[in-house]
Amino acid sequence: MHVIDRRQNPKSKSLGNRGRFVRRVKSHIRKAVGEAIRNRKVADLDSSEKVSVSSSDVSEPNFHFQPGTGDREFVLPGNQSYQRGDRIRKPRSGAGGIGASGSADGEGEDSFVFMLSREEFLELFFEDLELPNLAKKKLKSLASSVRTRAGFASDGAPQRLNLKQTMRRSLSRRIALRRPKQIELQSLLDQIEQARTDQNEAEIQRLADEIELMKRRMRSVAYLDTVDLRYNRFDVTPKPTTQAVMFCLMDTSASMTEDLKELAKRFYMLLHLFLVRHYQAVELVFIRHTYTASEVDEDTFFHGRETGGTIVSSALEEMATIVKNRYPVADWNIYAAQASDGHNFDHDMPRTLTLLEKTILPICQYYAYIEVNGEVTSGESLLWDEYSSLVDRYPHFARAQVSEPSAIYPVFRKLFAAT
Amino acid sequence: MTDSNLIYHGSEWDFNTLGRVYDAVESIAIGELGLDVYPNQIEVITSEQMLDAYASVGMPMMYSHWSFGKHFAREELLYRKGATALAYELVINSNPCVSYVMEENTVTMQTLVIAHAAFGHNHFFKNNHLFRQWTRADRVLDDLAYAKQFVAKCEESHGLHAVESVLDAAHALMGCGISRYAPKRSARASDGEAKAEARRSHAEATYNDLYRTLPARPSTASPDAGRVEADHNALRLPQENVLMFLAEHAPKLMEWQRELLRIVHRSAQYFYPQRQTKMMNEGCATFVHYQIMNRLYDTHQIDDGSMLEFLHSHSSVVRQLNFDDRRYSGLNPYAIGFAMMQDIQRICEQPDKEDRDWFPEIAGNGDAMGTLKQAWAEYRDESFVLQFLSPRLIRQMHLFTVGDRGDSSFMSVDAIHDESGYRDIRRCLASQYDSSKNDPDIEVTEADLSGSRRLVLTHRVRGRRVLAKDECNRVLCHVANLWGYRVRLVETDAETGATLNEYDVVAIP
Repeated sequence: MHVIDRRQNPKSKSLGNRGRFVRRVKSHIRKAVGEAIRNRKVADLDSSEKVSVSSSDVSEPNFHFQPGTGDREFVLPGNQSYQRGDRIRKPRSGAGGIGASGSADGEGEDSFVFMLSREEFLELFFEDLELPNLAKKKLKSLASSVRTRAGFASDGAPQRLNLKQTMRRSLSRRIALRRPKQIELQSLLDQIEQARTDQNEAEIQRLADEIELMKRRMRSVAYLDTVDLRYNRFDVTPKPTTQAVMFCLMDTSASMTEDLKELAKRFYMLLHLFLVRHYQAVELVFIRHTYTASEVDEDTFFHGRETGGTIVSSALEEMATIVKNRYPVADWNIYAAQASDGHNFDHDMPRTLTLLEKTILPICQYYAYIEVNGEVTSGESLLWDEYSSLVDRYPHFARAQVSEPSAIYPVFRKLFAAT
Repeated sequence: MTDSNLIYHGSEWDFNTLGRVYDAVESIAIGELGLDVYPNQIEVITSEQMLDAYASVGMPMMYSHWSFGKHFAREELLYRKGATALAYELVINSNPCVSYVMEENTVTMQTLVIAHAAFGHNHFFKNNHLFRQWTRADRVLDDLAYAKQFVAKCEESHGLHAVESVLDAAHALMGCGISRYAPKRSARASDGEAKAEARRSHAEATYNDLYRTLPARPSTASPDAGRVEADHNALRLPQENVLMFLAEHAPKLMEWQRELLRIVHRSAQYFYPQRQTKMMNEGCATFVHYQIMNRLYDTHQIDDGSMLEFLHSHSSVVRQLNFDDRRYSGLNPYAIGFAMMQDIQRICEQPDKEDRDWFPEIAGNGDAMGTLKQAWAEYRDESFVLQFLSPRLIRQMHLFTVGDRGDSSFMSVDAIHDESGYRDIRRCLASQYDSSKNDPDIEVTEADLSGSRRLVLTHRVRGRRVLAKDECNRVLCHVANLWGYRVRLVETDAETGATLNEYDVVAIP
């Protein structure tokens, strides 16, 4: 007898088969992924997904009898009250007999459900967006800088003087150059005083010479020389900001249909995924606006209905306020993506542009404007038109028009390639 | 009685314990029960690996195909949801006999598994005449390795899709891919290739261009009828093994495609005895583990706690739910097999009047193990039931038969556990286990190789049980794609010869 420990053998022997299966039911999975995108939170792209495939699509056919036809006879256990010759009405559906007997080979499942792993899900998500290779693109992330101590320097501003280091150098120089100490001078002065009272002229003369020498020495070797001075030295090291906040701005007036919001959502998801890969923490802020703007939760953002006109500046103001209150520019990388169908009130445009230029763009790492429109060509919209002037002047301002899901990724790519 | 007799304590196991358990079980199985087994190889695996093994239909290795991935996905989901527990063991009919045990099992479960799989199933595999005739235990692993490597090679040279479509078609025909008569000992799978190679090189070496110039033999122009007759003889029609027929005679298949069909045929053939002896096989293993565990307990080699744990899992394995229970899903092969074998033991040792009337040959012969071993060797489920199902067991299980005539809206109770019903129930249960009655009887009856190239399959309909239409069409599409030309399937009534249904499918290029 051999006992063999196979526990260390490679697991997932079925991975190849699973891959083949996933390929086989790809159309279903695509549908499920699309469905998942509709139902998921923007930040929730990273988990696995349950996919159900109707069993007829993955069934393997074989020759078997039509259930419920022909003459059959079968044995059942557990008779309690039946006598020979009793008649039992067949169940309406006709399948099986009493309690699904007889057809031992018939697998009766309606749909086939299995879990897609996170990797498989993402792969398909990107495939849908025609995403070739996300990892290659690097965001130009603006990091804040921090001053760190970096040893000592021999010159600098007086307020950075490092006393301890300076005095240490002064001391060693004084010892090396044999500068007399104050105590030694004092003791000589005491002795000369003593000699004076003793009227010992020779001694006075000798001591006076010695004091004179000592004083000369003290004058020529300074107590504190400029070479002793040491200043604290600081280096400026860039500190990557590890958190980012992503503002989703969206026009939710009646002209934005669910489909358009869906398009916008895909873009937000992509941007979020992108940011998650770069920053440790990514927060999401949803601001919707009609003629007034408000911060809302995600559900309301994508599914809430509002009516009213469109004033874009209201959303920008709201965003500026939120940044001021909660996301200090020094600590946060700020990204903003604005989705709109391009409408705005004429009289609001100057204000919108000013706000963008003076307040929003300076604090943002990146500002993307996505114009979603159902029709492929709808001409230049008002916002598109007016934003034109910003595009050239601000490299981190980008805009694009999207009309179908497959166009999202190329647009995304284009936007980020531009920075 | 002291604790020193115990072969283990508690529930944890290590490899030393496993060794002691095996030795204790072996001394009972071989020494006392006199079982005859292949050498054992016990492999410890994790639950994840058990899932993998499930997905490849219980084989240690299998060629790649999406349907195994599908099974895996399903099993995994059910297991994760907690809907099903994994089997405690898997055993492979090979020499040496490979049993998988899970690392999660307690030591009592390991003991049970070793008794059940490594001795019960193993004895059955080695001795049952179906396994002896249809499978070659010493080649199973070699053949599987060959199949896996061959499929991988094909995928490499012909593309995943091409291989997949052939395998899909072959799987659809698996049910008609069995030669029901004991095959002559076939050569090792990989030998075929070597032979073909040798033939090729011989032909090349002895090629002589002169033979080409010999005048052709005047053709013996035969009338059409004669030609068809000759064709049929050459093709050995009718032919029940559709899969092999296609592998040998389909005009358009490449050699590698034929080999794929043969591989699937071999795997169908491997499972054929298993399907016919499911109940006996499980019954045998259950009976053996029950004997061994009791014996271990009687000789104080396992303690009360372990015995209780064993009885708990044993009784859940052999439980037979009543037909009106919501969880009822057919007769439990473990339950019936175990009950019948216990019954045989009783008949041999303490027969009553009824037993002497019904089983005069074995009643009171005092050699239960001998009788059982002979039954395990010589019978399959169908004949075993026909021979050994006793009236007492019928009463005990309250068996009854129900007849279902297709056109009536009622079913009728035809026999219950009374004097006049015993034989009916026994006959009915036996035929329920007869796989030839439960599978459609489909044969290749016509194949025109030189004219229209049409292939005709015939389903001989018994008891007006016709094929499910949708699936039949889908299978026929597969057949047509393999055959390359038009395929017809005719359903004829076995008794009257009347045609009931006709299907006609053309190949999609």
